[in-house]
Amino acid sequence: MVILILKRLGIGLVTVLAVSLIIFLGTKILPGDAAQIRLGQEATEANVAAFRARLGLDKSYPEQYVYWLADFVRGDMGTSLASDVPITKLIAERYENTVVVASLTAIIGVPISLALGILAAMFPGTLYDRVLTLISVSLVAAPEFFTATLLVLLFVFALNVGNAVVVGSIEGKGIVELILHFALPITTLCFVIASQLIRMSRAAVLNVMSSPYIEMAILKGVPRKRIILRHALLNAIGPIVNVVALNLAYLVTGVIVVEVYFGYPGLATLIVQGVQTRDYILIQGLGMIFCLTYVVLMLIADIAAFVSNPRLRHPK
Amino acid sequence: MNSKTRQVKNQDHFVAPYDAGVSFDELPDSAPSSRYKPSPTGWIGMAIVGFWVTIAITGPFIAPYGENDLPFPDAYSEFQLPQPGAWLGTDVSDRDILSRLMYGAGRTIGISFAATILAYMIGVVLGIGAAISGPKVDMVLSRINDAFLSLPTIMLGLVVVAALGSSIPLLICTAGVIYATVIFRLARALGQEIMVMDFVEAAKVRGEGRWWIITREIWPNAAMPLMTDFGLRLIYVILFISSLSFLGLGVQPPQADWGSMVRENLGALQYGVSIIPVIAPALSIATLTVAINLVVDDVSAHSGGKLSKRL
Repeated sequence: MVILILKRLGIGLVTVLAVSLIIFLGTKILPGDAAQIRLGQEATEANVAAFRARLGLDKSYPEQYVYWLADFVRGDMGTSLASDVPITKLIAERYENTVVVASLTAIIGVPISLALGILAAMFPGTLYDRVLTLISVSLVAAPEFFTATLLVLLFVFALNVGNAVVVGSIEGKGIVELILHFALPITTLCFVIASQLIRMSRAAVLNVMSSPYIEMAILKGVPRKRIILRHALLNAIGPIVNVVALNLAYLVTGVIVVEVYFGYPGLATLIVQGVQTRDYILIQGLGMIFCLTYVVLMLIADIAAFVSNPRLRHPK
Repeated sequence: MNSKTRQVKNQDHFVAPYDAGVSFDELPDSAPSSRYKPSPTGWIGMAIVGFWVTIAITGPFIAPYGENDLPFPDAYSEFQLPQPGAWLGTDVSDRDILSRLMYGAGRTIGISFAATILAYMIGVVLGIGAAISGPKVDMVLSRINDAFLSLPTIMLGLVVVAALGSSIPLLICTAGVIYATVIFRLARALGQEIMVMDFVEAAKVRGEGRWWIITREIWPNAAMPLMTDFGLRLIYVILFISSLSFLGLGVQPPQADWGSMVRENLGALQYGVSIIPVIAPALSIATLTVAINLVVDDVSAHSGGKLSKRL
């Protein structure tokens, strides 16, 4: 099994390299290079050439790629084209904000949605199950900014709590203010992951429930609650961990729209700014960070899937 | 579609009386029923989708104003409330929201539809190609595909838009290529599944060419599951395009598009003036995607195995 996990890690590493290549090439097809963008149209040929040499842009693409990757691994992501500030510094200012929101969402959203999903699987076909399924089916297909608008409508306009724009830092605020500060973006993100999580965790438990050994337990006369909690749930843990990791990966995408919607100063708003100002050194760095997070979460999902499923561990 | 599938679809078979306790259609190994009868939710979904498609096609002709015209040029004021002459009020530049919604419908739905079609053309050709080619071609194609699949779609979109700028043809190509990866996987799996079936083996033994096998044996059998999947992909593409537009990186102003309308008018919400400029386009996207989802769920429930679960 260790070999299989190592193998999977190896595949993950190859994926990361492929991803870095895509990001590198993606920003290379840009018309005009970094030196041109940084110095503007008025710069003389000689200036541009000198700057290009400083950035290492006079080397061949493969060389540039290797240098760029090596710098990235060492934690040096270069200097922003728009503001002349090191990318690492730009990111450091925002990193905390995004991590706070993402982890609070995970801490609040994951247990609640899992509980709802498992409850629905315990009582399939009941009114509760059907209403929950209908809501989650609708939410899966609705865009994040729709959910966000509904929440703003409910909390800001109807109940008059929270604020529609989140700006400023979290320092120097009381606990109540902090809750109001984060309430809307986090609730929106919770809805985004909840709809998937509820559906998938329900399916995972129901899937286990249809296996013969559960039928056996029912025939033995084991009480329903015990069947779910002792028999089914233990075997559904693997698939559920898989589902959770997958959904946290979706969170990476969801966080971009939600941060922009609420004007939250996180990494996602930074990358959108980067795209608008064509600051592609910033895009390279942030793109790598987002993709790495995504790849790592997918890897965890994969490993969870086959740690829990012996059939995947011993392929025919 | 090909004559073979039509033949299967029109096949006569036993249909249980309407109020019979057990319908033979429900038995697991009975032939698929010939006619699709939508459930009430299916009907609702189809009605909403039909409504939006009609608006998308006729929008520019029936809209009360042009997409950048001011309904009240004499009384300029942003975010006017609904009133006769502008039934949904006006937006951040005092343009008629109803008219912009109608223009935007065509753009949002048109771009998404074109992108999904493109994704299918790329995904199906390469996917079935990978399934029937040798293991080497399959390996290379699958690895490249996996690398793309392991990126968050919106991030790929951001990188492309950053590099090449934003225009409608480019948006269609970007979304088409990004979503082709998922379809590649599905088409490849279907192709492989069908490749080992007896009738394909029989055709090979018969000495049929590769082209014959693809068009006459594999495609007719892969078409149905792929069609059902189409609706599901369309939803994701609509959400992707709208999200990009919402981020200001998709359809560019002054052209109207539902996602960019939400972005333009966010101010209305933040200053607490009015909610209609934001909720109208957001609700339009939500009703469209949820309605497509209802139809897809209904169709796949009808055709037996829920395809969405298998993926």
